[in-house]
Amino acid sequence: MALDKSTVAHIAALARIRLDAAELELLAAELSQILLWVEQLAEVDTSDVAPMSSVAAIGLPMREDQVTDGDCQGAILGNAPRVEKGFFAVPKVVE
Amino acid sequence: MTSLTALTLAEAQAGLRARQFSAAELARAYIAAMEEARPLNAFITETPERALAMAAASDERLAKGEARPLDGIPIAVKDLFCTKGVLTTAASHILDGFRPPYESTVSEKLWEAGAVMLGKANLDEFAMGSSTTTSHYGPVENPWKKPGDNRPLVAGGSSGGSAAAVAAHAALAATGTDTGGSIRQPASFCGIVGMKPTYGRCSRWGVIAYASSLDHPGPLARTVEDAAIMLGTMAGHDPKDSTSAPLPVPDYRAALNSDIRGLRIGIPREFRADGMPAEIEALWQEGVCWLREAGAEPVEISLPMTRYALPAYYIIAPAEASSNLARYDGVRFGLRVPGDSLGEMYERTRAAGFGAEVRRRILIGTYVLSAGYYDAYYLKAQRVRALVARDFAAAFERVDCLLTPTAPSAAFAIGEKMDNPIAMYLNDLFTVPANLAGLPALSVPAGLSDDGLPLGVQVIGRAFDEATVLRVGEVLERAADFKHRPSFVAGGS
Repeated sequence: MALDKSTVAHIAALARIRLDAAELELLAAELSQILLWVEQLAEVDTSDVAPMSSVAAIGLPMREDQVTDGDCQGAILGNAPRVEKGFFAVPKVVE
Repeated sequence: MTSLTALTLAEAQAGLRARQFSAAELARAYIAAMEEARPLNAFITETPERALAMAAASDERLAKGEARPLDGIPIAVKDLFCTKGVLTTAASHILDGFRPPYESTVSEKLWEAGAVMLGKANLDEFAMGSSTTTSHYGPVENPWKKPGDNRPLVAGGSSGGSAAAVAAHAALAATGTDTGGSIRQPASFCGIVGMKPTYGRCSRWGVIAYASSLDHPGPLARTVEDAAIMLGTMAGHDPKDSTSAPLPVPDYRAALNSDIRGLRIGIPREFRADGMPAEIEALWQEGVCWLREAGAEPVEISLPMTRYALPAYYIIAPAEASSNLARYDGVRFGLRVPGDSLGEMYERTRAAGFGAEVRRRILIGTYVLSAGYYDAYYLKAQRVRALVARDFAAAFERVDCLLTPTAPSAAFAIGEKMDNPIAMYLNDLFTVPANLAGLPALSVPAGLSDDGLPLGVQVIGRAFDEATVLRVGEVLERAADFKHRPSFVAGGS
């Protein structure tokens, strides 16, 4: 299926990536080409096949519900672009 | 005496234990080699001081007779593995300045075993690519060149820095990750050995995620034996990775007994893709002959879903990537581009931080997961994935492993295939099926193309049967007797 610019703009908004008009144009062409190519999967009869999300044969392992680490505020905040009073700081969300 | 950097890992291990040279001497030789190899751009970050400190600790243990398995062995770490306190970039602008406060399980195991860290190897941005040309830190150059042609060639990808460093003798071995071929294809392009183990064999904890159900850490090395030694240390159960397999790790080196008599080797006819170059086909047939001469029995088999593996991969991998890469928002680490609102900050940061290929994959992934398209694309691809795995399961009822080419071509020039994403994706034609099925697969250098560039063949095995894959690989390695060297080797040997 070919994607038009408005669809690409919608996906980009969902993905939180700002694109300008020229980028939208280019991406609409590139993404359409990729989608057209992957659509050959429609040839495969998968009516009786369950989707496979992982090859790991094991189920999700369980462990005791206990705290295993902590007291590492410095390490957690150490890479943040902006920190205030022990918190990640971001532009104001509510007035 | 041959230069220290010309030794294999197994030889260096023996030399260190016999005290023929010290870990410090070996580390200094590799630091010099790494500097000499800088024009290849194989490293994003060099860590020579750390290498010397680790080598000194190895020398102390060696002197006391307390040597650990990899004591004094200088290695490169793909810059997708988090290394505590050392810049970790995933070759992306969006991780500017990121110094992880923790160490990945695989690299931790290597350091525990005494390995010496030379630095962080270059890669395609977030491991998305087949040429190591999408790195924010510039492309990696292959140490090989076509005879009589000075154009720089790609090292393959995404573990191109790891492969180039090992091939150019600027690292003794390296870690890589393989989501669709990212260890095996660069190994083939650079004339070295690369192994993707079974999904769950090597922990993904601390490895920056691209597509979690397809990402496999593994080794790149100069010989099959060296890869077996590296894998033995990198593998093992890790409670911090919920998909890590709680299975004991066999002695892979001991499995290399050269005895493949009676093994049944599957030759999948669907890999004979339309337009496969004659030289690739010829090398593959040569590989079949080598295995037959060693007493194995080639069996033609069918994997009917082969041609659908690649398109299924290019739905599943971007879908998982779009979800995994949602965390890069400029809040907790890496690049932040300011905006008037939180939303604007996210959008500006992600626009500036992600390169073209990463953006394409995030957008494709977002689309195939979005309302109305999820069933038609994402679930469809997962159903095809189940069929690809079913094909392999049926084949392994008849055979013990498979032999195929690793890649549909030798290394190409830097800048080629950049204007057409699908031409680049086709590099992974022969490697992707083993990722979808999670099976162990090894690339071994087998010969040269008509242009004088290395070509690999691939051995694919049953889940968790790396031992057989390595054993067959070593027989191929011995038969191929691949002694060719790239045009650039540090130390000149």
